[in-house]
Parts: sequence; structure tokens; C-alpha cells
Amino acid sequence: MTSVMSHAGTVDVELRVNAGSRRLALDPRTTLLDALREHLGLTGAKKGCDHGQCGACTVHVDGKRMLACLTLAVAVQGRSITTIEGLARGGGDALHPMQQAFLDHDGFQCGYCTPGQIMSAVALLREPCGPNDDDVRECMSGNLCRCGAYPNIVVAIQEVRVSEGAE
Amino acid sequence: MQPFSYTSAADISSATQLAAADPAARYLAGGTTLVDLMKLEVERPTQLIDITGLPLAGVAALSDGTLRIGAMVRNADLAHNELVRTRYPVLTQALLAGASGQLRNMATTGGNLLQRTRCPYFRDTATPCNKRAPGSGCSAIGGYNRMHAVLGTSESCIATHASDMAVALVALDATVRVLGRGGGGERVILVEELHRLPEDQPERETVLEAGDLITAVDVPPLAFAARSLYLKVRDRASFAFALASAAVALDVAGGTVRDARVALGGVGTKPWRSREAEAALRGRPASRESYREAARAALANAVPRTHNAFKIELAQRTLVRALMRLEGR
Repeated sequence: MTSVMSHAGTVDVELRVNAGSRRLALDPRTTLLDALREHLGLTGAKKGCDHGQCGACTVHVDGKRMLACLTLAVAVQGRSITTIEGLARGGGDALHPMQQAFLDHDGFQCGYCTPGQIMSAVALLREPCGPNDDDVRECMSGNLCRCGAYPNIVVAIQEVRVSEGAE
Repeated sequence: MQPFSYTSAADISSATQLAAADPAARYLAGGTTLVDLMKLEVERPTQLIDITGLPLAGVAALSDGTLRIGAMVRNADLAHNELVRTRYPVLTQALLAGASGQLRNMATTGGNLLQRTRCPYFRDTATPCNKRAPGSGCSAIGGYNRMHAVLGTSESCIATHASDMAVALVALDATVRVLGRGGGGERVILVEELHRLPEDQPERETVLEAGDLITAVDVPPLAFAARSLYLKVRDRASFAFALASAAVALDVAGGTVRDARVALGGVGTKPWRSREAEAALRGRPASRESYREAARAALANAVPRTHNAFKIELAQRTLVRALMRLEGR
């Protein structure tokens, strides 16, 4: 498959985001993060460092957590992308248990890193992460929190891990 | 970021043909180095050839005992592969010591090998750098060089090779399989010989040529690698580059080292196999004294700079501790 450049220097990109599908005309340089935020109005994924060092832009691609800032939108066509906006179960208003746990345990302060923290934490439930707090800290080391909400983030994740019977 | 055209490669031969025809083209795999450096305009490809759809994502045990790892196998998948975990624990540990969970889900085996240095001057187009702009000078030698290499350096470049995975692979005598321009036969290159020393051409980091595509990494059988270990020392507990690291495997019988594999990370301009340390260990008692002697041999030719002399001692202690831990002490 070859993507053909249009006269305007854009390519047609079809993105499957949160169970919907959208066609966009994008400059090939557009990252998935910018496509979500600037073209689809999904501002949950945050731009922190924009260089893969902070985790604020974490989304799921085919169920795995990845960094939207280092992903080109044109390169994830046809793959299933989930953002924090699509996390609530059944697509309704009911929060995902991880979202609720972050609320219950004050797993944030300013909230800027929170969407990335939660997306990372939800994906972690499906990964071979060990059972201890230190294991969770290691698995979450790609998500920085400048407010220092780490202790409550670990508590929130551990609660969901136990209740969901994660690995 | 500079403009580029994007092509998703339909098959391996069209990928290599496209790349060979355009010196300014780059293969796009996980993108964790390339997209980052394109944003910084350190990398300025005019064409990206997306190879993530190529059928190179499998891990297979060959009949001769070799483990063949497809170049597009993601770092996370490789780390948790059952054959890797049991045959080469040093490789699993090295992979899990690198980057973050998100990056390991993206980064590929081939891309990890070809990642660029994290030298801050290389990443900053406002400063001279012989690797980025040949002949412009090295800002690190007279600058802030705490993270830089002490082994394999030159007066042109002291940048560290940042991969953890590659350190384990050179210890294991792994090879890469490479397809050249327009097909032809696959070449087999030791990972140890894939990366060049900087010498007076630090811009040439590997022996690969335009259009070359790594299709797989082969890890040969090594029975005593079932007891192997990767130890990484860094400024924080996780998600940081190595100050020093060691990949070790020991074959010990009756208290004597019969064979050993030693490679170091965080201290070399390339993934650093230490045959000096291995020679110092072979035939010697499996003791702290022998390990210390091996560590001294490994760092004997180290060249310190203003801020990184501590790495010479740190790397020795890292290696001794890795060998001690491997022996359960």
C-alpha cells in the first residue's frame, strides 16, 4: 500500500478511534497526538514533553499502551486506537474502574498527567507486571507526575488490580 | 520537522529497492528514535518507508538451537517470550531495564540496535557535533560529559551507545541478518561488528549501507546462558539510561570458571564486549578476587574525560556485582 500525496501535501488517513472511524486529510508529519487533539477534538491525551519522556500522551493502539507523540498518524491507519475519552465502559457515562479508583484515592493533583497515567494503568492490567507496589512503580515509570501524586496512584492501581484479578 | 513522503512497504524487496534508490530515505519501525530526532531536525529524511507491516514479527527456534528473532518483534514481546526468558535471561533483563512500558511496546528489535546516541550535543542542532555535522567538532569533549563513554572513544566523538538490549546480544554472540539493495543474498553480521568505533568518522555508526535492512537477529545456542544476568546502574531506579551496565554469563564447575561472557553498557561508544574480562575469568576460581581482576582488565584501556572518570570505577563494581549475583552471593 502506498499513500499518495495530494496536491496540498496531505494524505488521506482513516483513523479508528474509540469505536468510531474518521477520515482526515493530514500532513504526513502529523503525530497521532496532534491528530487526536487538533483534528478530532479529543484533548484528553496531553502534550507534555512531546519527546516520549513523560507519558502524558499515552493511548492504546490495538490494546497496548503507546506514546501518541512519537507515533505518526499515517502509520496507525486501520489500527484500533483508544483514548481516555473512550475508556468508560459501554461508551456511556459509567467510569472505568481505574478512573473511579483515581478519584477515590486522590491519584492526582493538577490532573495534567492523569489521562496518560490512567491509560497506562489500564493497559498494565493486561501485562505481566508483578504483584508488589514496587512492580507497579516499575511498570508505571514511563508516566511522570510533577505534582508527586505517585503514592496514591499506586494505591489506586493496586485496588483495581486486585478487584479485577489481573495477572 | 522537515516534510517527507510516506510509504508503507508492501514487501521486503520493494522496501529495500525504495531505500536503496533514495539516500535521504529512512525506514520507519517503532519510531521511538526516528520521530523524536525528526522533531529536533537532527534526522531530516525526505522519505519514510514504513516497514512495520513486513512479515518480520516472529520468534522461532531453529532446528540447530538458534533463536531467530524477527526485526519487527517489539521489545516488550521479546522480553516476555518464553524461550528468551528461559534460554537467555540476560536478554529479558536487558530489555526490561530499557526505556518504559510504552516505549517497549513500540520499539522493535532492529530499531533498538540502530537507535542513535542520547548525547545532548548530538540532539541539539545549535551545537557542533561530528556525528551530526561531520567536521564541526565535538562539543562533549570540552563540555559536560558525565554521561559519555570511556571505552572506544576518539578525539572526534565520545558519545555512548545507549542500548541495553544490544549489550546482552553482543555477550550472546548474536548476529544480524541483513538484506541489501535490490535483494540478493542475506548477509550475516555479528552484532559485535555491526557498530563501528567512531574513530575519525563518527557519522558512520554501523557497517550497513543505504538500503540495507535488518530482517532478523539470530541468537546461537549457549547452554550456560540459562544462568545469565543483566545489571544496570543509573541515576534513578527506572526509565533512565545506564551509567554503567553489565551483561554476564558464567559456566562454573567445581568452583572454577570454565567459560564466561561479559559485555558492558553505558561506558562504550558501541555495545562493549569485553574479551579481556572473559580471558581473565577463564580457568580461574569463581571468586570475588577473580571478578575484580576481570573488571580491571575490562576497563584497563578506559579514557576518562572531565566529568565521567567515575564511570571507570563504577563499571568495575557493576561487573563484579553482576558476577557475584550470578553466583548467588
